[in-house]
Amino acid sequence: MLAYIIRRLLYAIPILIGVNLLTFALFFVVNTPDDMARMQLGVKRVTPEAIQKWKAERGYDKPLLWNATAAGSAALTDTIFFSKSVRMFAGDFGRADDGRDIAREIGDRMGPSLAIALPTFVLGLFVAISFALLLVFFRATALDFGGVVLCVAMMSISGLFYIIGGQWLVSKVWHLVPISGYSGGLDAAKFLILPVIIGVIGGIGSSARWYRTIFLEEITRDYVRTARAKGLPERVVLFRHVLRNAMIPILTGVVVVIPSLFMGSLLTESFFGIPGLGSYTIDAINAQDFAVVRSMVFIGSVLYIFGLLLTDVSYTLADPRVRLQ
Amino acid sequence: MSGMAVQPVLLWSDALLFVLIGVIVALVLWARRQDALRAAWARVAQNGVAMAAATVLGVFVLIGLLDSLHYRARLESPAGATARYAVEVNSALDALLADLRLRTEKTYSAPLATHLFAREALENSTQREFPRLQYGGAHLGENLSGRGLDIAVRVLRGVGGGLVVWLLLMLLARRIKVGAGGTAVRAVAVTLLPILLLFGVAISLSGGYHVFGTDKVGQDVLYLSLKAIRTGLLIGTLTTLVMLPAALLLGILAGYVGGWVDDLIQYVYTTLSSIPGVLLIAAAVLMMQVVIDTHPDWFATSAERADARLLALCLILGMTSWTGVARLLRGETLKLRELEFVQAAQAFGVGPFAIMRRHILPNLMHIVLISLVMDFSGLVLAEAVLSYVGVGVDPTTISFGTMINTARMELAREPMVWWSLLAAFSFMFALVLAANLFADAVRDAFDPRSSA
Amino acid sequence: MILSVKDLTIHIGAARPVEGVSFDIAPGECFALLGESGCGKSMTALGIMRLLPLAAQVAGGAVEFEGNDLLALPESGMRDVRGGGIGMIFQEPATSLNPVLTVGSQIVEALQLHAGLQGAAARTRAAELLDQVGIPDPRRRLDEYPFQLSGGLRQRVMIAIALAGSPRLLIADEPTTALDVTIQAQVLDLLDDLRRKQEMALLLITHDLGVVARMADRVGVMYAGQLVEVAPRRAFFAHPAHPYSVRLFAALPDAERRGGRLATIPGSVPAADVRHAGCRFVERCSEVMPVCRSAPPPWREVDAGPLGQRVRCFLPGAAPGVAPTVGAGETPLAFESKPLLDVTGLQVHFPIRRGILQRVVGAVRAVDGMSLQLMPGRTLALVGESGCGKTTAGKAMLQLLRPTAGSVLLDGVELTTRSTGELRPLRAKMQMVFQDPFASLNPRLRIGDIIAEGMQALGTGAKSGGDMAARVGTLLEQVGLRADMTGRYPHEFSGGQRQRIAIARALAVNPQLLICDEPTSALDVSVQAQILNLLSDLQSELKLAYLFITHNIAVVDYLAHDVAVMYLGRVVERGSADEVLRHARHPYTKALLAAVPRIDGLGKAVVKLSGDMPSPANPPAGCHFHPRCPLADEACRRSYPAERLFGATHAVRCIKA
Repeated sequence: MLAYIIRRLLYAIPILIGVNLLTFALFFVVNTPDDMARMQLGVKRVTPEAIQKWKAERGYDKPLLWNATAAGSAALTDTIFFSKSVRMFAGDFGRADDGRDIAREIGDRMGPSLAIALPTFVLGLFVAISFALLLVFFRATALDFGGVVLCVAMMSISGLFYIIGGQWLVSKVWHLVPISGYSGGLDAAKFLILPVIIGVIGGIGSSARWYRTIFLEEITRDYVRTARAKGLPERVVLFRHVLRNAMIPILTGVVVVIPSLFMGSLLTESFFGIPGLGSYTIDAINAQDFAVVRSMVFIGSVLYIFGLLLTDVSYTLADPRVRLQ
Repeated sequence: MSGMAVQPVLLWSDALLFVLIGVIVALVLWARRQDALRAAWARVAQNGVAMAAATVLGVFVLIGLLDSLHYRARLESPAGATARYAVEVNSALDALLADLRLRTEKTYSAPLATHLFAREALENSTQREFPRLQYGGAHLGENLSGRGLDIAVRVLRGVGGGLVVWLLLMLLARRIKVGAGGTAVRAVAVTLLPILLLFGVAISLSGGYHVFGTDKVGQDVLYLSLKAIRTGLLIGTLTTLVMLPAALLLGILAGYVGGWVDDLIQYVYTTLSSIPGVLLIAAAVLMMQVVIDTHPDWFATSAERADARLLALCLILGMTSWTGVARLLRGETLKLRELEFVQAAQAFGVGPFAIMRRHILPNLMHIVLISLVMDFSGLVLAEAVLSYVGVGVDPTTISFGTMINTARMELAREPMVWWSLLAAFSFMFALVLAANLFADAVRDAFDPRSSA
Repeated sequence: MILSVKDLTIHIGAARPVEGVSFDIAPGECFALLGESGCGKSMTALGIMRLLPLAAQVAGGAVEFEGNDLLALPESGMRDVRGGGIGMIFQEPATSLNPVLTVGSQIVEALQLHAGLQGAAARTRAAELLDQVGIPDPRRRLDEYPFQLSGGLRQRVMIAIALAGSPRLLIADEPTTALDVTIQAQVLDLLDDLRRKQEMALLLITHDLGVVARMADRVGVMYAGQLVEVAPRRAFFAHPAHPYSVRLFAALPDAERRGGRLATIPGSVPAADVRHAGCRFVERCSEVMPVCRSAPPPWREVDAGPLGQRVRCFLPGAAPGVAPTVGAGETPLAFESKPLLDVTGLQVHFPIRRGILQRVVGAVRAVDGMSLQLMPGRTLALVGESGCGKTTAGKAMLQLLRPTAGSVLLDGVELTTRSTGELRPLRAKMQMVFQDPFASLNPRLRIGDIIAEGMQALGTGAKSGGDMAARVGTLLEQVGLRADMTGRYPHEFSGGQRQRIAIARALAVNPQLLICDEPTSALDVSVQAQILNLLSDLQSELKLAYLFITHNIAVVDYLAHDVAVMYLGRVVERGSADEVLRHARHPYTKALLAAVPRIDGLGKAVVKLSGDMPSPANPPAGCHFHPRCPLADEACRRSYPAERLFGATHAVRCIKA
């Protein structure tokens, strides 16, 4: 078990390196820093001096991979690749275009992101599984059919509609909660409640339908027939036998996103003015702040890879066949 | 006269769309010879909901195809001179909807309105008034009291027209005895009726009004909604098409060859899929934007530029989504590889590539089909979100995302400008719901597990 | 009567998988429902328990259990019957237990429900039950998960669960079909024993006449959704009355029919959605009369009495027996020839990787040094239980799996050292027929393309396309199909027909050696006879050599010239069929032969094997068989026995032989 986890951790290293190389290629090889400078400065103000200044401000005035002018190990370290990509492994993301330290900014914004994402995730999981179990309990009845149709209809609605419609109805028409904003402490609840509910409703269609499929697949298995042949009531068959087994595929799909909850949600945060990582990313994209986008790509990957690791571990814990072999 | 009245323009996305249709036709011909596949399609055809959804999709596809026949109109020029063509690229749909396209107002107006949405200072007046629309309700003249009656008459006329067309179609269908599948024909007929009625009403009303109002620069929202369909369809289908060859090749190779090839391919797709999709797309789109912006000389018209950006978006979306399909195909190939018919072929010394082509690939086609239809709706929805975030299609390309994006500025306005949002969401909902229902039926019919 | 089924009819949409089935079971009696796959016997059992799948429903009839009509009970009352009055066990012990719950909790669940036991008392009782079904060390097993148990032990756990509610009737649906023959013997003994001790009635569902002979008091034969004959066991085996029953016996391969032809039943079972005006067997019956087509046959009593023999057939008197085709015996041997296939010291090891760096820490020794020779034109049967490595060995001989060590000479040419390219020209000489007729044909290719594939790949076929088509047509006729079937797809054919196509595909390249991997184990008895007949016809016609991989001793007895018995990756005994099957010397061979249930009901001096085959990843030291061998002593534990010869061809690896 321990050896397994260590092996998975070791496997994460080449993947992180791959992600790092990929982002480097995307940001510095597809376009040279000169191209980026020209685009950011706009056609009118492009002069060689302006480009040089733009690059120097951001530390893009070094060679890409090999600094022939520097001596010793600095030939490797005094390059864009080392200062912009390799140093991300050490948690050094450099500065944003507004001059703020990206690492610190990320630390500050994780809290609000998590404050929305975590309740949305937990509540969403609970509601979707309960709904799916309800449909499975009444399978092949009108209730089940109607539920599935509802799920398909709900997943056919754009996420943007849930947010815009929810804000309009709850905040503008009913005036129940503020339309957007954020504050620390317990006061945050009034800002969080609407985005969380909208997040849960927006996700329920596809996830409940997926869980229902898993449950239905599980319910046709031989061991379920054995459980019924024992005389167990349907409720016990469903909760004790089916749910336990269905949790294994559900876990693999669900656990992987847990670390990524830190990243927050792009749409929700920007619509509700939550100062989290999601809105940070959107602002950076709109301002074309390459340093921030690059950092977020890297952090997102690290969290995802951590999620994969968690998935493997939780899978091992949930399934005795994996745990004991 | 020399030269044609129009100069056909084949945008890259048009070409790929036609390639896609060619591929689908070829696949259909191939599937017709395969009894099992024919039986599966027959199961889809017997599903009333699926056929209704297919009808709706068919109407969307028809609009999208009309919008993919591009041309440049010929400019007036003295006789004998070489023909010159307009810079503007239009489509067959634009020609059909010329009235809607050209009747632009000054700015926002509500559906079926006769006046602009906001007060403006009028000439010869110190008061700020709602200015009269240039086209909306223009036929009413000064007598606006007849508007309600006029609208009612037009609606009735539209309903009547739609009904007549529907009845004619039904007669035609009976005359040529369409198919034997009673369910399918009934479902199509039942679905066509409301569609034709809506069309009739829309056509009849749009002769004198802006049915869904106008947007900020006064464009007709109905026209925008219809134009957005092509973008949605392209993103939903081309993305899968561009990623499919890579996903098929790598998935099958990884599963069949195994060993270090498998390790390498798995490494590549784990790495790619570990970057959160939206961020990878955002980064790639930002970079693509730099490329396009720094090379303005590559594109002759703005349509071509927008088209290049659309294709690049498909490519980027495809880059991020091929990993899932490749993983699925790899897993299925692993299972197929152990089947006895593959071993029988190996016992004859059939080469690995021949085995992959003859024995593995045809048995994976149902997965390809299922992922094609299942991904479609997700991609249409994703386009809206990406365009909203600012990493979607070119701002000049009309899409559901850009419609929503421009409309969101007005959300805070009192009273709200709701019509272009609602139009975009409704069209998107109809398209995605139809696609989801159809995809479900296809999956149920083709997935061996669900047909048990 | 403890159970009385009257006119039970089950519908699935338009299909009628069970139609008008009636039978009674007395307390303590064992009633066997006998039938081929798809005849509705499992559906009948599920109907009694009201556990039918959603699509199926009981459309009529009555099921009376201890005087209560089960079909009229509310669902809650039915739950008391399930597990309480009637216990049930299923065919697949591997999937019938919940994989994520411990064995103990799955038994305790039933005890809480039906015995009202809780906590420690329930646990103690669960351990007692495990002990009762013969599971050693029951306390420890309670905390294990199903995947940690072997197939035989899992089926015992299933029985323990069924016993938890002290049922008066046990329904066993093919309880031993998925098990090896030595394990089958253990489980059948257990069931018989429990039935006698607890005076529990047993409804045994099976397709195996041997199991019926071993277990049943009375037999009901099902065909196409109906019972066609009900009889006491003795009467049934002495004089089966329905033409179908008669044919079932005649289709069984055994030594007496060696070299002759088996009786077959032409055609196949009608589909469940076919409506019948007359008798359901009419299309396949050799005694058919005009009335058989027009009216359903009535029940007729062969023996009077409530438990006498009854048959649903118009024929007066018993159906005429099928004339026994006594075989010509041994085909003359051509001893001067050298072996076509000569295998020495063949090893196939699969590495086991462990730890952080996935180092190889051991190997699964699937095949661990086996040697055998096969003469041209003869049949060598490779016999063994599942997991003994026989299929792996077959694939390694064909070089579909590369052996770890050893030599494989085909007609004097070494195969193991050749590259894939160099092997290609040799592949025409050796071909394989696989076990599963549904997995061995690519569903997306036409039959013609499937058969032509080998000819195209090896260039052995005709030059022109027309010649190729003609050759495919000839091959199809040679295996008993029609030449005009080339354009069809595999799904249009039945299992037996598919196996014929697979044989035609192998024959297309004119091989001298055919490796047949359990070619009939997925087929019903009547269809198995057709395929065995075909194989023996082809052998005499084309002078083929067969390496016949199987676990079915009866089939071996019928067609093999030579036999090699495998245990845990090695051949433990080999020789002529007569030497190995009549004068077995290895204790494993003896136990294997004794475990086969015989239809004459005669038991041999029984050598019962205890326990399961050990894992090939960790074979026991010394003789691999010693932990299960009744004769083993210290010497057996020390070293693996060398081969000892008894006569020219009979070799045994046992120091006690």
